[in-house]
Amino acid sequence: MSGTAPTNVLIVGVGGQGVIMVSKVLAELCISQGLNVKQSEVHGMAKRGGAVFSHVRYGDTIHSPTIPKGEVDILVAMEWAEALRWLGHLRPGGILIADTQRIVPPFACLNRERGADRRYTLETPPEILELVATGHAFDAGGMARDLGNERASNTIILGALSTTLDFPADAWLEIIRKAVPPKTVEVNERAFAAGRAWVETTDTEVEPYSVKAEIPAAPKVARLHPDLIIRDAWCKSCDICVKMCPERCLALDEREIVVLTNPDACTGCRLCEWLCPDFAISVALRETERVAAE
Amino acid sequence: MAFGATDTDIATESEARAMTGNEAIARGVWEAGAKVAAAYPGTPSTEILEALALYPEDDIAAQWSINEKVALDTAIGASFGGVRAFAAMKHVGLNVAADALMSQSYIGANGGLVIAVCDDPGIHSSQNEQDTRLFARMALVPVLEPSDQQEALDYTRLAFEVSERFDTPVILRGSTRLSHSRGKIWTGSRSTDEPKPFLERPDKNVMIPAHARARHPVALERERLIGDWLVEAGLTRREDGPDGATDRVGYITAGPAYTYLREILPDAPVLKLGASYPLPTGLIEEFVASYDRVLVVEELEGVIEESVRVRGIAVEGKAYFPRTGELSPEMVRAGLVAAGVLAPPEKTEAPIEFEPLIRPPLLCAGCPHSTCYLALRSANARVMGDIGCYTLAVVEPLSAIDTCVAMGSGIANAAGLAKAGTESKPIVATIGDSTFMHSGITPLIDAVYNNANITVFILDNHITAMTGGQDHPGTGKTLRGKETHKVDYEALVRAIGVTWVQQIDSYDVANVQRVLGDAIDHRGVSVIISDRPCVLDPVRIKGPAMTVVPDDCTACQACMNLGCPAITWSDEWHDGRHRVEIDQTLCIGCSLCAQLCAPGGIIPAADAPVALS
Ligand SMILES: Cc1ncc(C[n+]2csc(CCOP(=O)(O)OP(=O)(O)O)c2C)c(N)n1
Ligand code: SF4
Ligand code: SF4
Repeated sequence: MSGTAPTNVLIVGVGGQGVIMVSKVLAELCISQGLNVKQSEVHGMAKRGGAVFSHVRYGDTIHSPTIPKGEVDILVAMEWAEALRWLGHLRPGGILIADTQRIVPPFACLNRERGADRRYTLETPPEILELVATGHAFDAGGMARDLGNERASNTIILGALSTTLDFPADAWLEIIRKAVPPKTVEVNERAFAAGRAWVETTDTEVEPYSVKAEIPAAPKVARLHPDLIIRDAWCKSCDICVKMCPERCLALDEREIVVLTNPDACTGCRLCEWLCPDFAISVALRETERVAAE
Repeated sequence: MAFGATDTDIATESEARAMTGNEAIARGVWEAGAKVAAAYPGTPSTEILEALALYPEDDIAAQWSINEKVALDTAIGASFGGVRAFAAMKHVGLNVAADALMSQSYIGANGGLVIAVCDDPGIHSSQNEQDTRLFARMALVPVLEPSDQQEALDYTRLAFEVSERFDTPVILRGSTRLSHSRGKIWTGSRSTDEPKPFLERPDKNVMIPAHARARHPVALERERLIGDWLVEAGLTRREDGPDGATDRVGYITAGPAYTYLREILPDAPVLKLGASYPLPTGLIEEFVASYDRVLVVEELEGVIEESVRVRGIAVEGKAYFPRTGELSPEMVRAGLVAAGVLAPPEKTEAPIEFEPLIRPPLLCAGCPHSTCYLALRSANARVMGDIGCYTLAVVEPLSAIDTCVAMGSGIANAAGLAKAGTESKPIVATIGDSTFMHSGITPLIDAVYNNANITVFILDNHITAMTGGQDHPGTGKTLRGKETHKVDYEALVRAIGVTWVQQIDSYDVANVQRVLGDAIDHRGVSVIISDRPCVLDPVRIKGPAMTVVPDDCTACQACMNLGCPAITWSDEWHDGRHRVEIDQTLCIGCSLCAQLCAPGGIIPAADAPVALS
């Protein structure tokens, strides 16, 4: 019942990036080449900016539609942190192809403390490429922009992928032409060639798209504690500060005078001080001995 | 691919294509010659009806129903009329349709009646992971379980035959993995049977107690017959593996679990069940007797395992495989190791693991729901939520939903909370337009009737967005894109007896806040209807992008409270906090962030100094 082992390609990225488009092109290609193929994805919640993945398996006999962990031959990542999320699924000796563009979700920018930085992957492409047998990490997004169409980064990735699989380039292009909007066929053809070239050439032309190692570090800032000074007599209950406070830590009390309801949430941004038409609030920042957030 | 002497012999006129499980089910419905198909959308089942709508209208009436019960009742009506009929829904949809199913099981089927119910093991996009097979057993309705795309097509065709042959509704059980995986399959042609006449038999079709009492034993009797027939038809089959290769352990499995088991043990002896209810008892006894030990591998509940054990046949299963979540080859392997039939894997190099970035799904850039929840959070309301894209407002930074139970629960939950008299915050129910149609109207009538002091926020984005943009009676379009009557929400709500109703534009941030304040102040039921289209469907909305003038950004984070995915922290800092920037490709130019930016630091990119845009 068992044939030769299937080839396993895992394509990952962020909802809206085109993970499904890339995996469909590969699946269609396999069918056009007379191969058996299974492709598996998840719709619904995952699409709204969440992490998205698609398994593509092809060969003679394929049982499971999903690739067992540790058996991925090629991991194609369309975003940097997503590459890292799935790296453990790559088999020893597997190939990583990654777009190094970073999509930082609002969730990574929630910490309102002074000096707090984004909660985004700190590992850099050079560090990761050290860990895998074969890896191609480059700024496909930037490349696409320079080609004149941001969306073409998917096709650039397909170009890079095509160098690692045994299908003729013309067969890829035939499927891609059908998959992209008619007006963009020409730019996508160039994008495909650019993706291939990035892997195959080593000359300096591709240099600008190799990715720099450093991620800018957060400045060290002193811990300051905000004190809100409210002049009750000057407050005319207009509610502006309550409505506009980004931390939602103000309210009108039973006298309809503004009060600070959640002192811990106040970041001292001074918006209330600036917006109050009657100068009823001022913010004072007091140094504390606590150290800056990591 | 023949199933014996049945009308589903489709080896002729075959053509290979790549199809998802949902497309394959739709193909099977069409090939079976069904005339009527109805559904309410729900992941992962939604695309079945969307795919059916691609077949000619003269072949099949394919339509969205207002909810799953109406979808099933519509199909039942067509079945009474003697044609093959179909309904589709997600697993929880069957809860809504259950009332009709339970009685229809006694009535049976004149024209073949098939219900595709797609489970969501692992809860990729649902509120729970109930196992439809338990429902089928309770309803005494056979449940066919395809394991891949080819079987999805073949079993669907066959389900109609089972339905007619044994006079019963039939459930076709799908799952997220089956629905949304694509595979290469062989298709056939459409069978064209003449419709049967309406069967005038009140004793069978009218479920009064006397009739129902007589029909219950009939439903029990067909249990035995169907189980055996599925074996004859080749759906349930023994795969004993290569001769002499037996290690004295056999496996019973069904559905996608079969593919995971085969991935790990390509040659093991397997009894593959085409249906987990009813079971072919004789065949199972024989199979179990041939092996020293038999393991049942099934996703979610131990439905097969328990049914086999109550017949006094010794099998094992859920001791080694989880009752929660989606199975995978890895989990099947782990279960087999735990059961002692596979050796533990040799220690290899540890895989390279990093702590994954938290990336929950989000409301889209410019989503009209976001301001409604921004206002609710500011109003410090107790928000009884419902199901839809807007449920995503539960996470920071909007963080403005307190409960979410099931479709249409929010309004009555709010009314109940108000009656409890324990809540000091203003009580607001939020509900999407499609969910309001599905099951929000009756609880609103009830809230008015019982004079509950609540505010109901109908979030009308003119579409069923969460499931990918489906029409409903409030959009004025049918599944096939035809114009039809469009429900007027305000008139509807007034007709119910609500006196305080206001429509608002959710892109006017200040007005949303003001109107919400007024609605909360009103005693009794007040209704706000927000009116702005979803930015994704039916058309993708994209206006000129906004940009941040860095020097004008005080890093106050007010705009970050929207949770707009286009806004993120830039590399610049101000007074110890990150300034923000806007991703020009994601921004749709809704201007909500600009309305929140007190220093006026967010402006249309076109107006920005050249260096910025
Ligand atoms: C009983 C049931 N049927 C179907 C679904 C699938 N489902 C989830 S949300 C939703 C409708 C969402 O539409 P709407 O209320 O208009 O909100 P929107 O997503 O547009 O914001 C559906 C059909 C479900 N969860 N439960
Ligand atoms: S799909 Fe529509 S309703 Fe859903 S989050 Fe996006 S804009 Fe909002
Ligand atoms: S205008 Fe602001 S809130 Fe609207 S999509 Fe653009 S960045 Fe997001």
